[in-house]
Amino acid sequence: MTTFTTPSLSYALLAPILIVLGGAVLTVIFEAFLSKAIRPLVQLSVTLGTLVLALGQLWRIRNESSLTAAMGSVAIDGPAILLQGAVLILAILGVFLIADEDQFTVQAAAIPGSQEERESIQSGEKLTEIYPLTLFAVAGMMLFTISTDLITLFVALEMLSLPLYLMAGLARRRRLLSQEAALKYFLLGAFSSAFFLFGAAFLYGYSGSVSLAGIYDSVSGGTGNSVFLLVGIVFLSVGLLFKVGVVPFHAWTPDVYQGAPTPVTAFMAAATKVAAFGAILRIFYTAFANAYWDWRPFLSVIAIVTMIFGSLVAISQRDVKRMLAYSSIAHAGFLLTGVIALNKAGLEASIFYLFAYGIATLGAFGIVTLVRDSQGEVTDLSRWAGLGKRSPLVATVFATLLLAFAGIPLTSGFIGKFSIFSAAYESGNKSIVVVGVLSSAIAAYFYIRVIVLMFFTDPAEDGTSVTIPSNMTRLTIALSFVITIFLGVFPAPLLNFISSMAIFIR
Amino acid sequence: MNPENYLYVSALLFSIGAVGVVVRRNAIVVFMCVELMLNAANLAFVTFARINGNLDGQVIAFFTMVVAACEVVVGLAIIVTIYRSRRSASVDEASLLKR
Repeated sequence: MTTFTTPSLSYALLAPILIVLGGAVLTVIFEAFLSKAIRPLVQLSVTLGTLVLALGQLWRIRNESSLTAAMGSVAIDGPAILLQGAVLILAILGVFLIADEDQFTVQAAAIPGSQEERESIQSGEKLTEIYPLTLFAVAGMMLFTISTDLITLFVALEMLSLPLYLMAGLARRRRLLSQEAALKYFLLGAFSSAFFLFGAAFLYGYSGSVSLAGIYDSVSGGTGNSVFLLVGIVFLSVGLLFKVGVVPFHAWTPDVYQGAPTPVTAFMAAATKVAAFGAILRIFYTAFANAYWDWRPFLSVIAIVTMIFGSLVAISQRDVKRMLAYSSIAHAGFLLTGVIALNKAGLEASIFYLFAYGIATLGAFGIVTLVRDSQGEVTDLSRWAGLGKRSPLVATVFATLLLAFAGIPLTSGFIGKFSIFSAAYESGNKSIVVVGVLSSAIAAYFYIRVIVLMFFTDPAEDGTSVTIPSNMTRLTIALSFVITIFLGVFPAPLLNFISSMAIFIR
Repeated sequence: MNPENYLYVSALLFSIGAVGVVVRRNAIVVFMCVELMLNAANLAFVTFARINGNLDGQVIAFFTMVVAACEVVVGLAIIVTIYRSRRSASVDEASLLKR
């Protein structure tokens, strides 16, 4: 009879995730037992408190490094700390936007246009289920960036996706669109996670181990059936690339970004990207590092196509949220060049880029929530004409964030793009740098077109106005603006910090 | 029997599922096809566990079943909501977002 050995867990190192999960369970309990009157305030404070507490714990363990925190299932190393920290900071800013409950339906189960829905709106209640869902998604995202075996990766992938599918369907206005977005996101997401799992099966078959380190050893040793390795890499990549929305796996991105409630879009666009690219970086930099001849060619093609496609299609968009969605596709392409670089500079640049892009995205979508008419948000670009004359402050902030997306100097976007392209150049991949710079130029055209539309076109008299933001939304937008400028002018502190941390352990 | 044959079965099941997701129009059927793909992956895991001679693959199969069950909960909630508001679960009719 074999003896049972208890698994040993380093609770201090796992604490950031455990705190978030504990907060999530707590909010579920509050959801069941607290009265409706005090629930919104309590849920919001618990959510924010949890995230801040987790961030504090993360700061305390920032110099730790361990492969055995959870019996080899997760790695606590520099990039793990940085990426978890980025997810948490973006989540805190995202929750400030989500706190505007006016965006969410009161009763998701009520049929749109029914008596039940009218009654629930008149009751003046607020939807608070969004907070536990957010916390579970955040926990999944954090776990996704630190997982070092295929089981944990798969569970984390589902843990971050399932709450997001539901959150996408909770909009108060235009509910049919929102539900449709949820359906599309769910079906395509489930489809892609099946690909991920099938790829994981073949990697397991190839190496006989489910850990990334085991796969790395098999690749280095050259043992095993290389067909299994190829099938595994391709299918696993499809699953991962779907989550970040690169061409040809981008079909869901514009629809979901447009249909989902804007605060959810902001949170999802910023934090999911960090989580998914975190996992991609870890997998490709550790497990597949020595098989780069197998994956570099097709990832390069995907990156090139994504950058060009995203930038070109964004030009023809008439809707702000769709335009930002296509711009996020183009940014996924830029980020992929950092993965392909496969050097330390590429890793550092990717982490900086992810953080800078996430912050700017939250601010941009935060501003989208402010521009409204009597029907709710106005996302049609033609009705944003003349916004700069009506509300110069909001338009200026939005213009700055767009310039950051375009990569204009003195914004964080420029530093991000510059460092990611120089990392790619350093790795000897010159063609991808040329395409990257050219598509940035194309992208700059449509960002600047929006700025011209806002400042140099006469406003249309159609009831579009900028609402007075709540304090929390104001805080998100202000912080996003300040951080974007600060990172553009003084990037050195953060770049040095990232540089001192960014080494994967195997 | 050669365990590799099970890999062919698994690949076949996966392909049937993938083709089903692409061609079928009813959201429930699409979802069932996704489940078929997950089960194909499960079969591959168990087969590889046998080939490699360790139990990791069998453990993953259990994890997959649990995760698939969670996915059913979330997925059916979304599909039923769509059905209630539109009286149809067709994937094609949900096309307000296309332009």
